[in-house]
Amino acid sequence: MEQVFYTLQDFMVHTKAVVYVLMGLWLIAVIGFWRFLTSRDDD
Amino acid sequence: MSISRRKFLGWIGAAGLATTVGCRAEAAGKHFTGYPGSGGVLHDATLCIGCRVCEAACNEVNNLPEPEKPFKDQAVLENRRRTDAKAYTIVNKYEAGRDAGKPLFRKNQCNHCLEPACASACFVEAFTKTPSGAVVYDPSVCVGCRYCMIACPFEIPAYEYDNATTPVVQKCTMCHPRLQKGKLPGCVEKCPTESLAYGERKDLIRIARERIRKHPERYVDHIYGEHEMGGTSWLYLSGVPFTQVGLREDLGVTPAPQLTKGALGAVPMVVGLWPVFLTGVWAMSKRKEKIASEEQQDAVTAAIELANGEAAEKLAAAMEKAEKDKETAIEKEVKKAVEEAEKAWEEKAASAGEEPDAGAQDEEEES
Amino acid sequence: MSDHAATDSKSYLTTFNVIAGIIVIFGLIATIMRFTGGLGAVTNLSDYNPWGIWIGFDLLCGVALAAGGYVTSAACYIFGMKRFHSAVRPAILTGFLGYSLVFLALLYDVGRPFRLVLAYPFVVQQGTSSLLFEVGLCVALYLNVLFLEFCPAALEWLGIRKLRDILVKITMVLTIFGVVLSTLHQSSLGALYLIAPAKLHPLWYSQYIPVYFFVSSVIAGLSMVLFESTLAHKYFHHKMDETHLGESDGLTMGFGKAAAIVLAGYFTIKVIGIAADNNWHHLATGWGAWYLVELIGFIALPCFLFAMGVRDGNLKLIRYTAAWTVLGIIVNRLNVSVIAFNYHLPAADRYFPHFWEIVTSVFIVTVGILAYRFIVNNMPVLYEHPEYKEEH
Repeated sequence: MEQVFYTLQDFMVHTKAVVYVLMGLWLIAVIGFWRFLTSRDDD
Repeated sequence: MSISRRKFLGWIGAAGLATTVGCRAEAAGKHFTGYPGSGGVLHDATLCIGCRVCEAACNEVNNLPEPEKPFKDQAVLENRRRTDAKAYTIVNKYEAGRDAGKPLFRKNQCNHCLEPACASACFVEAFTKTPSGAVVYDPSVCVGCRYCMIACPFEIPAYEYDNATTPVVQKCTMCHPRLQKGKLPGCVEKCPTESLAYGERKDLIRIARERIRKHPERYVDHIYGEHEMGGTSWLYLSGVPFTQVGLREDLGVTPAPQLTKGALGAVPMVVGLWPVFLTGVWAMSKRKEKIASEEQQDAVTAAIELANGEAAEKLAAAMEKAEKDKETAIEKEVKKAVEEAEKAWEEKAASAGEEPDAGAQDEEEES
Repeated sequence: MSDHAATDSKSYLTTFNVIAGIIVIFGLIATIMRFTGGLGAVTNLSDYNPWGIWIGFDLLCGVALAAGGYVTSAACYIFGMKRFHSAVRPAILTGFLGYSLVFLALLYDVGRPFRLVLAYPFVVQQGTSSLLFEVGLCVALYLNVLFLEFCPAALEWLGIRKLRDILVKITMVLTIFGVVLSTLHQSSLGALYLIAPAKLHPLWYSQYIPVYFFVSSVIAGLSMVLFESTLAHKYFHHKMDETHLGESDGLTMGFGKAAAIVLAGYFTIKVIGIAADNNWHHLATGWGAWYLVELIGFIALPCFLFAMGVRDGNLKLIRYTAAWTVLGIIVNRLNVSVIAFNYHLPAADRYFPHFWEIVTSVFIVTVGILAYRFIVNNMPVLYEHPEYKEEH
């Protein structure tokens, strides 16, 4: 179901909340991914 | 040449503008038109007589503290006033316009923006644009940062600076609780001249247009609040330019959330790509360091080898020299011994006088 | 016996301590007044001017001048300039103290400080459309990052090796995280003013203001490290080890060079900002004259002086220029937040700080200096702890 936004303000609050969650997930994930990427490096 | 250049720049500009506008529409996904059927108030300043009855009504319905001077006192109109924590609305007197000498009045209060700057600015979302049109404030979450007051282009929100423990932001609520009960806002209800009218915003705009069309001599051809800051629920009509009755006409038509959208949009890009870039730089500098240290290691090893080689040569040379020295020393010693032996033999021979050669031969072999 | 006591008390009664003591007493009086009488009792804040010097100086300048932490650690760990290693700890310490004091100042400034402590914006209701939300989130996280970055020094002092080693291991993650957070909140502090185009003078209001704030924070960080190291050399010389003293001149040259080129870029984007908004005509006004003082006197001039200092190897000139640049950053932040803000209002409605507001700001800075002195005197900041020397 698509949420209806009547104001740009409500749209911003909603979309930015989602974006903040994604940013948090990325910041945690990037550490893990870097370790995965470099764990077989010889140094 | 100059024309073609101008044309060229024009195209560039147009392309840029189109891109920007296009981006805006794209990014938003849709055009926001506000809550359907939301209400508002039309304030016709040409009908305002400065009686301050609205102020009194506002004070009463909102249970605000008694003012220092009674609402009947017209003398307060001599000073320019603004909304504060104890007065959600005030009427100011302006000496301006075509009939100089005849004062003008304008009521001031929260304009209940369609896209409120206070709501956009608030970091606890204490402000809400309700479907009724009112912008309401929730004091139970307010931290008291007062960013809403910085953001408001109409300088409406006021703060309880003298409250040490539980200060709150104060502003007109468009009588939201009364609207919920089907009543009119306090000020509108009590206005004796129909200078204030509550209704659906769409209708109010139509009414205002009609008044301007019918009485072009009476009004400036502008409904203040129709587009200002993306539009407000409170609308104004005036007989003089709005700047002369204390409403800024340089605010523009950009809704407040649009002003910060670009900066907010850059945030996730920084979060997404900065770690990538920085890790890359770090990896490169680390690699450089590794190569440098390897090169250094190689250099050190080579130096050691070189040094070792030299040392061996030196040692060999020293050994050789020592050998030689030893030989010379032996020869010397032998010579000395021979000389001594010869001397001794000569002495012996001198004393004995017989077989000198055989004795010398023997001595030499023994040493 | 009494003689010994006398010399002891005498050694504490230095001019510095007496002045600091008086400031602290005044600060405590201001604190009591603030939390019993409300903001109105100690500030000149009004409904027109909701933000005074506690925001303009303590928050904006505090955060900008604490940028040395991320600038230095990024230069050393990310960009691999290991020769600046001895500067990292003092810079992190200044950063950590700076941000702590910003938080302290905010407790004075906001109306309901307890709700700030309880993290209402993040826990209770998230105003994600606000740039202040972003600033708050980043500052809160970065304060923690700085705390963790500083911890090794404290743990070496306390002799807790295990925990210290874990923290040293995640230095890289903390540094990168710190740079990301700093980029965001340094720029967002400028972006706070994007929502008020009608109130901030057009010469200072620009769509580029977040970029200006970020770039000038780098300048502030570089200059502040130089300025602080100048002071530290004067007063804490005895605390510095061979490495620190040896790297100091190279650091001054390197940071001076960096500051010069960043200032040149900053100057350029400031001029581009004028062109982008077609604000040239404002330059001919009184505001324009003041803007040019900032642009020429506090950006172009130090840029040139840094370059001269670097070319001639004139360390003294670089150090004086750094102090001047720090002053320039303060001027810029006050321009945006107080001086050119509400430029449209009549003089009677403009803001000028209250006596107790200034006292509180001075008090907070003094608390910072005292904390710095205590930490530098006790913990391995300006020198390497002998037991941990071998590791880098």
